[in-house]
Amino acid sequence: MQLSYRRAFSTILKRDLVIAFRHRDDILNPILFFIIVVSLFPLGVGPAANTLMKIAPGVIWVAALLSTLLSLERLFKHDYNDGSLEQLLLMPCPTFVLVLAKITAHWLITGLPLIIIAPFLGVLLNLHQDSYVALMLSLLLGTPVLSLLGAIGVALTVGLKKGGVLLSLLVLPLYIPVLIFATGAIDAASMNLPYNGHLAIIAALFFGSLTLAPFAVGSALKVSTN
Amino acid sequence: MWKWLHPYANPEVSYHFTGKLIPWFAIISAILLTVGLGMGLLYSPADYQQGNSVRIFYLHVPAAMLSMGLYLGMAIAGLTALVWQMKLAESSIAALAPVGATFTAIALLTGAAWGKPMWGAWWVWDARLTSELILLFLYFGVMALQNAFEDKALAGKAASILALVGVINLPIIHYSVEWWNTLHQGATVSKFEKPSMSIDMLRPFLLSLFGFAFLAGTLVCMRFRAEIIERNSMRPWVKALAKEHN
Repeated sequence: MQLSYRRAFSTILKRDLVIAFRHRDDILNPILFFIIVVSLFPLGVGPAANTLMKIAPGVIWVAALLSTLLSLERLFKHDYNDGSLEQLLLMPCPTFVLVLAKITAHWLITGLPLIIIAPFLGVLLNLHQDSYVALMLSLLLGTPVLSLLGAIGVALTVGLKKGGVLLSLLVLPLYIPVLIFATGAIDAASMNLPYNGHLAIIAALFFGSLTLAPFAVGSALKVSTN
Repeated sequence: MWKWLHPYANPEVSYHFTGKLIPWFAIISAILLTVGLGMGLLYSPADYQQGNSVRIFYLHVPAAMLSMGLYLGMAIAGLTALVWQMKLAESSIAALAPVGATFTAIALLTGAAWGKPMWGAWWVWDARLTSELILLFLYFGVMALQNAFEDKALAGKAASILALVGVINLPIIHYSVEWWNTLHQGATVSKFEKPSMSIDMLRPFLLSLFGFAFLAGTLVCMRFRAEIIERNSMRPWVKALAKEHN
């Protein structure tokens, strides 16, 4: 029996969203982590408005990277533990569709709330007033890249007992380009410079990882489920 | 060519073949390194700007070039392992990663020692330094993933995937770091532009580059043999080998 791609995609997406909403802590905790990390920085570097304005883009983005990292594990872990991941891999449709659906669900659960909450944290950090649009746009294009690249790391480590720390070692170096161009865009916006170029590159990273990452995730999952 | 390559897919043949290669590689490497480093460190002219501290160049640049070359080699082995299901290619990833990581660390440390007299700081966030540091992290990632799996066959496959993902990302990371640097602080640090080298400097440099390359070859072959033995420890030929040595 052949499953239509759209049907398979929407079924898995719906399933993952339902599961996520029944475990609300999984959604809330990374967001709380994001807020707490950001609010630690003024305590660490001092409350001077100018300093905060300078570090705000970097702090918000680094906190976003870390909280994505924290939430990544739930992408495949539960399904792996209860065995449903193997069943999903046996579905009569390409792994590409399955992986893409799961990553989309992950982004909707963890990436989207970050984008919504980020401007408020920008206020806390005294972000330059011209930077808010750039912050939102860079997060909108950048967080899917984080989910996509992170999925490769989780897929590789899902079968391991102590995968958590290893995951950060595997994934964080791959996040560096996104971090650089996102904070570059926000900085450029604060100086009233055009930042389309930065956003275009983040978009390129997004489309590149959108097309390539699912294949890597698929083969990594096949290794992990053996 | 396939007929020629085919026997080397057999672990036993590869084991003995690399065993024969090791002494040659070691001797060539020793000769090249003695001559190259000797010429470079003792007899080559000092740079007119950098004085004698330029001599660390004969250590630093070969290490940096090999660190990237070995990563590329690892990724090619990963592709071979994934596409043609070559078990030996997986062993060679495990053999290449620690050697490459060591060369990366040498490049970073000698770079720091060179940076202190030249730039007045052990570390600057220069684009090349940063991407070399990230390369070290990528090596550590491959090694850690390799060690995390109990099953060697799974470890090899996972490491192959990661090596491939890393090699796709490496140029992206490199160019983004380069852009980041120029974006933030401009050319406050004048990078060491490769001078159009005089032949007196080029000769010892090339000798030590190839010397280090053969050294890397020696080390990789040794690790490769150890990996083959470990992975095939239940095979009769390995057991016979072990009996021979006891």
